Amino acid sequence: MDFIIQNVLNAMQWGSFYALIALGYTLVYGVLRLINFAHGDVFMVGAYISFFVASFLIGPIAGFSPVMAFVVTVPLTMALTSLVGVTLERIAYRPLRRKGAHRLYVVITALMCGLILEYSNLAVLGASRLKFPELIEKQIWHMGGVTLTNLKVMVIVTAILVFLFLQWVVTRTRVGMAMRAISYDKFAIPLMGIPIDRIIVVTFVLGSGFAGLAGLLFAMSYPVLEPFMGMLIGWKAFIAAVVGGIGDIKGAFVGGFLLGFIEVGVVSVFPSTYRDLFAFTILLLILWIKPSGLFGIPQSTKI
Amino acid sequence: MKRLLTTLLITSVAMMLAVPAMAAKTIKIGFNIPMTGDIPEVGEGSKNAAEMYLADINGAGGLEVGGKKYMLEFVYMDNESKAASAVNAALKLIEQEEVVAIIGPNSSKQAVPGGGTANENRVPMISPWSTNPATTLDRPWVFRAAFLDPFQGPVIADFAAKKFGAKTAAVLFDVANDYSVGLAEVFKSAWEAKGLGPVVAYESNGTKDQDYSAQLTTIIAANPDFIFVPENYNQVALIIPQARDLGYKGPFMGSDAWGTPDLVKLCGEQCNGQYFSTHYAAAGAKGATKVFIDRYMAKYGTEPADYAALTWDSIGLMVEGIKNAGMVDSNPRKMRKAIRDGLAAIKSFDGVTGSSKFNEQGDPIKCAVVVKISDEGTFVFEESVCP
Repeated sequence: MDFIIQNVLNAMQWGSFYALIALGYTLVYGVLRLINFAHGDVFMVGAYISFFVASFLIGPIAGFSPVMAFVVTVPLTMALTSLVGVTLERIAYRPLRRKGAHRLYVVITALMCGLILEYSNLAVLGASRLKFPELIEKQIWHMGGVTLTNLKVMVIVTAILVFLFLQWVVTRTRVGMAMRAISYDKFAIPLMGIPIDRIIVVTFVLGSGFAGLAGLLFAMSYPVLEPFMGMLIGWKAFIAAVVGGIGDIKGAFVGGFLLGFIEVGVVSVFPSTYRDLFAFTILLLILWIKPSGLFGIPQSTKI
Repeated sequence: MKRLLTTLLITSVAMMLAVPAMAAKTIKIGFNIPMTGDIPEVGEGSKNAAEMYLADINGAGGLEVGGKKYMLEFVYMDNESKAASAVNAALKLIEQEEVVAIIGPNSSKQAVPGGGTANENRVPMISPWSTNPATTLDRPWVFRAAFLDPFQGPVIADFAAKKFGAKTAAVLFDVANDYSVGLAEVFKSAWEAKGLGPVVAYESNGTKDQDYSAQLTTIIAANPDFIFVPENYNQVALIIPQARDLGYKGPFMGSDAWGTPDLVKLCGEQCNGQYFSTHYAAAGAKGATKVFIDRYMAKYGTEPADYAALTWDSIGLMVEGIKNAGMVDSNPRKMRKAIRDGLAAIKSFDGVTGSSKFNEQGDPIKCAVVVKISDEGTFVFEESVCP
């Protein structure tokens, strides 16, 4: 029994990261119908930004205590990472959109932007890995045979809060209404006086900002940073978002946790070589039965 | 037009003849090392050691072979710590650079396929750091400077049984890494052969994994006396803290892939107090080893890790092989054959990682050391085990 509960907790933590990254994919897709393949690398950049911010803050110049540094690092990382996301939108996606390029070209551009982020990181910082400093003193709680750390709890709670927040933004606010409207018809909406570019920027701020937060939490949980850390987890989170029904906030959240549970569940029973085989077979079956994902609504292609 | 063509033809033939004649003045050796990818530290250490050796030889006017002096030229090729890239790097060195011999790849994951390429193309190769038997097995052109896993596995099993008084063991290994898989298997059979108790958990992970909690939960539930982790240093730096988070309090035992200064940097205090087997211990070294360490420290500011020392010894072996060849041929194919025969003629060698004898497979028989990671995060000599 302890074994199962422990693995449920493991899966919750691992799924939280998938969910946090998948939310960013789904947000941008929901508004622009664009698969932002650079998102996993924005997550990586977020982890590096949090590393530099945190190292600077606890360093001799700023001299913060680790806990204070953490409190300041969270908003700073989110702000700087959303800046990266908005910059990508400005220099890569918006010009193409203005020229009326087909979505396919924008997706390819996104893929290239991701590679540029990876390799410019490799070029600037080198191949050597970085160690993330310990910001919060780790506490390990034992409950019977189950152990829990404060970090694990924080990661899971954050993922749930971010989900609730984004769900609220999209369904209950005017910005969210504008987002949904753009996704519905991006040609009629500007005629209604809705500033389409501004709404898109807000979308990228939200998506990248939470990718930055995920990067920070990931760096705290797995404190070894390398330029390609965002690639695989980004792709898998994208698949999670698709399985959940891309474009749907609830779908990304559920899809992320589902993938986390399947992966941890398979490894805890079978050899790890079966993990991706089982995980993606199950996801394929889900898509087979419901091609638009768990929460997705089938839609006919417009234009 | 015809005259122009004839002139061109003559010049090009003349150039083709001239190039090998010029090349015979230098001996070109290729390095197939990981400058980027999973283990960039290893490539950097190897290159540092090679540059130091090169400066020594060329500073003294070159290497004397058969009464004449030849300059050495080293070509470094990045294999990105990938198996496929190691094959490409080897082919590039052989075909484009026309090197007469190759040093590297370091890790078995690249050395096993890279050794196959060198052997098929009849180019002598020395792997400094590879411990998997498959690297040199039935490959007359491939040699190595490190001991083998069938020796390392039992060393680790014996040490753990004695030091921890362990009855049961658990293994966590990287299923996508030849080195890790090979050593895990050897260790498992060595442990079971001791008859103290079973290997209670035998779990695997992938190279790019960051979360090991599912495997570790299974391992901890089996309640082993220690966990053997034959993985690269960057993975170890994630595994040990995660195991502690999951409530494991017992010791870990590692293998030679742990032995980089980056392990301590990435892992922090959590890795202190653990043991691993390796090729040499920098602390408390004497004689030629100490001279090498001091010079390396003075030049690069860090202690040379085992792969740097083994690269140094590999170059030493290569130089010995070239000297045994007794001549330098401008034809790379003839030169390669001569070096191979020269290497095969080496019966014993005294290097900075200890002295070794060579068996008929081209494998050295040499001592291993067990090192403890001290509370200050340095690698301290614990004991030496000889075959």
